[in-house]
Amino acid sequence: MTDPAVRVDDLTKDFPGGTRAIEGVTFDVPAGELTSLIGPSGCGKTTTLKIVAGLLSPTSGQVIVKGRPVTRPGPDRAFVFQDFALLPWATVLRNVAFGLELRGEPKPQREATAREYIAKTNLSGFEHHYPHQLSGGMRQRVGLARALAVDADILLMDEPFASVDEQIRRTFQEDLLRLLSQERKTVLFVTHSIEEAVYVSDQIVILTRGPGRVTNTVRPQIPRDGTSDEIRRSQPYLDAVEEIWGELRTYAEEDMRAPAEAPS
Amino acid sequence: MTIAGRRVPMVFSLLVWFAIWEVVGRLELVFLIPPFTDVLAAIGTVATSSRFGDAALITLQAFAIGMALALVVGIGVGFMMGRVRAIGELMGMWANIFESSPLTAIVPALMALLGFGLPTMIVTVFLFSVWVIALDTQVGVAHVNQSLLEMGRSFGASRRQVLTRIVLFAALPEILAGIRLGLIRGVKGVVIGQLLIAIVGIGYLFERYSRGFLMAEFWALLILVFGFAFALSEAVGFFERRVAAYATSR
Repeated sequence: MTDPAVRVDDLTKDFPGGTRAIEGVTFDVPAGELTSLIGPSGCGKTTTLKIVAGLLSPTSGQVIVKGRPVTRPGPDRAFVFQDFALLPWATVLRNVAFGLELRGEPKPQREATAREYIAKTNLSGFEHHYPHQLSGGMRQRVGLARALAVDADILLMDEPFASVDEQIRRTFQEDLLRLLSQERKTVLFVTHSIEEAVYVSDQIVILTRGPGRVTNTVRPQIPRDGTSDEIRRSQPYLDAVEEIWGELRTYAEEDMRAPAEAPS
Repeated sequence: MTIAGRRVPMVFSLLVWFAIWEVVGRLELVFLIPPFTDVLAAIGTVATSSRFGDAALITLQAFAIGMALALVVGIGVGFMMGRVRAIGELMGMWANIFESSPLTAIVPALMALLGFGLPTMIVTVFLFSVWVIALDTQVGVAHVNQSLLEMGRSFGASRRQVLTRIVLFAALPEILAGIRLGLIRGVKGVVIGQLLIAIVGIGYLFERYSRGFLMAEFWALLILVFGFAFALSEAVGFFERRVAAYATSR
């Protein structure tokens, strides 16, 4: 077996004040695959992702990317943010080219690259719009195009569709799969939606909270040759959703009970 | 503004006040208030007099140098206060004290220290305007969206790039508001400084007109100074409106 693109090795993260966000989190992200991190809110999914990105440093443990430990962000990884993190004063074109601008690439080249990914993410015609003129779904396409434009091998996506309508979410998931099949990226994807995780992932890492630990890793084996509806009705898809729901159910039930107990 | 259900342009309120002023002036109730038409006529004679030209020149010079220093220091210190918590806490209290203190009281001390010339005026302008610029810059810089900073870092921005390509623009609405307020205070500062010094610039002219009971000229000069401050603040306001679109969606 080939080396994984990312190896997350025994990560523990304590926040100032003593809260332990994650403990002993270990998993591999195989190259060229999409791996999801799923779990209840507060399980440290985003913390783990930010450590892989090099935006946070772990209290102990390490992340290995292509044989080297991660200490800071690098050109081999690109991040897609939950709240898009677009520059509100810059056009779509400049936002998509921003990663290349920071690297000092000359304007004609970086704008040519940006236009290419603007076309691939179906944003053509909006090059000179500003983020506040776009819908949430379109803003996240800009965020995705920006991450693709820097041509990193590894995409880190933090609940990218969380603030997008359900209908747009579904077309977005399909677009993402189509894009990834063309671009050959390794993806680490954080989500709290079981259906989304099963639909897009090759591998799903399930985290539980208090502090966050890996309880299980699922490989859904979904047939990719059918239409979206066929996939969502296929037995492997339904089985995987059921299996993950079984693991996470106890946490959902805790959340339902907790507020009811509080007043007494 | 609406009167009896009808929309009336804002200029109308000014016209009403000018009319009242004119009537009060014509009645010769108070010598302080000459008819408004006399004041208008005096604007022409004051603005074209060589005395005004000289006074305006030295005043503008003091104002420009003082403001330039206040902008550089105010924005620089505000940036550090907003980025480094310790500096923000250390400087914040002092900036707030000076911002709200009656700085006019310091001017005589400055005169004793720096003399009756340009240095005193420059320092007065600086002291009047620097605090509000620093404090507004601090607010803007401290409230930059965290995820924009993370975005910059994750795409490999250097510390300098984070400051010049992200923080500066993200804080621009607050910085511009600080500059606009600072400019108005700077105008106040230069006039107050000159009034206390009493022998230079626009302040000397005010002194001269009021002592000689030249009330029409006095009001004319006041309107000219007001017009200058208003024009400056509108110029900054123009840029503020340009960033307003993204100020609400940061």
